[in-house]
Amino acid sequence: MSLEVARDGAGNIVPNAAPQAVNDVVISVATSNGTGSQSANLILMRSIFNMGIPTGAKNMFPSNIQGLPTWFTVRANHSGWTARKKHADVVVCMNVESVEDDVANMRPGDTLIINKSLYGKVKRTDLLVHVVPFDELVVPVCPDTRLRKMVVNILYVGVLAHLLNIDLEELKKAIARQFGSKVKAAELNTKAALHGYEWAKANIPAHPKLKLQRMDKTAGKIVIEGNQAAGLGLVFGGLTFLAWYPITPSSSLCENAIDYLEEFRKDPDGKATYAVIQAEDEIASIGAVVGAGWAGARSATATAGPGISLMSEFAGLSYFAEIPAVILDVQRMGPSTGLPTRTCQGDIFKAYHLSHGDCKHPLLLPGSPQECFEFAAESLNLAERLQTLVFVMLDLDLGMNNWMSEPFAPITKAIDRGKVLSSEDLKKLGEFARYKDVDGDGICYRTLPGTDNPLGTYFTRGTGHTEKATYSEKPKDWKGNIDRLARKFDTARTLMPKPVLKTMPGAEVGIIAFGSTDMALEEARVRLRDELGLPTNYLRLRALPIGAETREFIAQHKVIYVVEQNRDAQCASILRLDCPEAATKLQSVLHYDGMPIDAQSIIDGITAAQKAAKERS
Amino acid sequence: MTVGAPTPTAPAVAAKPAGKVNRLGLEQTAYKGAESTLCAGCGHDAITASIIKSLYEYGIEPYRVAKLSGIGCSSKTTAYFLGQSHGFNSVHGRMAAIAMGVNSANRNLVNIGVSGDGDTASIGLGNFLHMVRRNVPMVYIVENNGCYGLTKGQFSATADKGSVQKGGGVNEMPPIDICAMAVQMGCGYVARSFAGDPKQVVSLLKGAVAYNGTAVIDIVSPCVTFNNHEGSTKSQTYARANEDPLHELGFVPFFEQVTVEYDPGTTKLVTLQDGSKITLKKLERDYDPTNRSQVMDLLHQANKEQLFLTGLLYTGDAGKPLDEQLNLIDEPLATLPASRIRPPPEALAKVMETFK
Repeated sequence: MSLEVARDGAGNIVPNAAPQAVNDVVISVATSNGTGSQSANLILMRSIFNMGIPTGAKNMFPSNIQGLPTWFTVRANHSGWTARKKHADVVVCMNVESVEDDVANMRPGDTLIINKSLYGKVKRTDLLVHVVPFDELVVPVCPDTRLRKMVVNILYVGVLAHLLNIDLEELKKAIARQFGSKVKAAELNTKAALHGYEWAKANIPAHPKLKLQRMDKTAGKIVIEGNQAAGLGLVFGGLTFLAWYPITPSSSLCENAIDYLEEFRKDPDGKATYAVIQAEDEIASIGAVVGAGWAGARSATATAGPGISLMSEFAGLSYFAEIPAVILDVQRMGPSTGLPTRTCQGDIFKAYHLSHGDCKHPLLLPGSPQECFEFAAESLNLAERLQTLVFVMLDLDLGMNNWMSEPFAPITKAIDRGKVLSSEDLKKLGEFARYKDVDGDGICYRTLPGTDNPLGTYFTRGTGHTEKATYSEKPKDWKGNIDRLARKFDTARTLMPKPVLKTMPGAEVGIIAFGSTDMALEEARVRLRDELGLPTNYLRLRALPIGAETREFIAQHKVIYVVEQNRDAQCASILRLDCPEAATKLQSVLHYDGMPIDAQSIIDGITAAQKAAKERS
Repeated sequence: MTVGAPTPTAPAVAAKPAGKVNRLGLEQTAYKGAESTLCAGCGHDAITASIIKSLYEYGIEPYRVAKLSGIGCSSKTTAYFLGQSHGFNSVHGRMAAIAMGVNSANRNLVNIGVSGDGDTASIGLGNFLHMVRRNVPMVYIVENNGCYGLTKGQFSATADKGSVQKGGGVNEMPPIDICAMAVQMGCGYVARSFAGDPKQVVSLLKGAVAYNGTAVIDIVSPCVTFNNHEGSTKSQTYARANEDPLHELGFVPFFEQVTVEYDPGTTKLVTLQDGSKITLKKLERDYDPTNRSQVMDLLHQANKEQLFLTGLLYTGDAGKPLDEQLNLIDEPLATLPASRIRPPPEALAKVMETFK
């Protein structure tokens, strides 16, 4: 389908968007990696957010430090929909490498702000184009030629401020916030932003349709990345040991955790109540985490897909030897160099069954920064309560992009150390068997190395063992043990965070989704109802394995669309294993091109599935 | 609950001793473990006996010890000593990684690790080197038989060049010298010994326990089933005939007030961090184990001429051990109360302000 651009009686292009498109705009900025555009983009986002308008931002960056194209999109939306949108209303082109594609992808009537030096590349006549001589504008405000490459970015923020009516006071405040104590940098950028603004005011009209104006929907709210939230969650969850190996997109999770540990977890004499090791590889990371968990630390590591692969053997040991450990997996695409800076939910199945033999691991599935914070903290409790490896499954979109959120409330749930017997406990009990299911929940009691009571000592091994932890290869002992581990996994079903259920009157269709899909899905549901007359009930999974609530939801609906960001319907496969009777009811809507999921893709997927079902019947 | 807090002097167990006891009032039987399931005559069992003897004589409370191992015949042996200690038979080649975590979680534990030549020099080489580089406090014993016993005798990375396999195959590659690697990585306690020389092994083990940091002891331990034939340079016969001690070793623990007279011309004293002393009586060579360049020359020569030199190869300052680098509090992280590991709500409120 090709759209004809609308023109008014004088032949002028009538730009996209509804007549009163106030506080509903997507801006995309195309720059070159390593030019410092991130600061300008964050200032742009923060200025709009500070005007009280719900704002979200996505950074689409390459696996590169300098030179390759990078895009930053800001979505401001009065209704609070800040998930990705496929198309931007306003595109800023600063990068010669990507300008042709960037312009080609625009819809007729979209607005283009383009650096004068790139204008020769534009062959289209159906766009609202503003040519800005950025390279000339930067000269008078930035005498230092070395800084111009960076300062030029803040100029487009100034231009956008005029075009879209961004509050100049908020822009100034956002610049000051971004540069913090670097006062000179803040001054330079403020000067440049205002120069861009003044130039635009003198040379281009305000946007005829798109307009930002102050509202009150962000008061008290925060803007945060999931990795920042999860790092914070570990610190407030009582983490005592962190081992990690740098890998995109999880590195910033650990770096954030380290910053907060340094700030909040030192005694007055400067001694640390935590240990952090940057290991030599992911095998050493998880090995150290398992060693620390065995010795009684609340321990975690964070990584991404390739790291998970290397951690596989230790994952099995944690499962069989029943040692608390946490892995936060910030999911990205593919093995090796396969799109390390793009997002997906492609590790779900692998993480759930990681390692050899019969292995199953609980997965926490945070759907917002708030839950990244809460679940990171809770993972440490669950790992110790269940004496097993627990995963927290983030993804690059959730972990590395900016999300609006309520400020996090303090965690009120007490720190749970699980079933650990002290020397005194052992004295009272008079006996101890490490792998005996005393309580019938599959979870046994453990002791920590260093416990001053010979009753409590035991030998830990991955091989077969008796209830008293002695070596055994007897079929009865092996089977008995792994049957108990299965019972323990059933106990986990009752301890994991419950799913969140959202219903609409008259809905017959069910949707299951999880993680970073949530925001786009909620937007899609409203549009499905309002635009297509399709109300839906939505169960947002917050953990695997599933519990009774999810089984009930599946039983109650004739058709359930499982929306996830991978090719192989990994979560749906796990649901089918748990609910084989419902296998055919579960239909997948999949998104896996590396970009964060958007509402339109979900709507298209569900309507296509509905159409196909109609044709079949 | 305090776990692993050191109790340096007072005997914790006040049971009436029937036989000879150590400074804690414990008999040697308190240091024994389960029955060995290794082949009769295995060198590893001799090392197990030396571990038991050394820990008994040094007087370590068994509950303070964490026994760590990877996978292989050697790694099984942690079940055969110190039955009253926690033990962890972990993953092949990853004892070093486990030890990093254990030391961080509870710095008061005495980590005794047993690995093998495959476990350390093949699959675990990377982790081993990094552990040494980090100076993780532990006794790292390599029971080195030059082959993979548990999978029936394949060559390992420490097999000497020209060494013959049981089935007749000849190893064409140079060996990886675990001690040379350890010295290169900055290890402050590096020794080589022979399972059939328990006197030397026991002294070296005691010194390793007294040493605060990574102590590496590479002990040639013949595999009587798969690598004990003619042509093997790790056989009983070969090792016995070729062992060439650098010095006669003795150990004086910190708690012994006995003053022994040494001839400074023939005996060198090395004092370890806890005050214990290793005595090195000169034999044929005039060897100084505190001279780093001398040890590298010596190991180079030993490698070239296939000499089986035993003794304390090197000791010196290796910098801070891991727990000190981490600037850890004195008590174990493992047992900190909730109030010490969760910052107050005001701290969270302060952080939230930064995101507004």
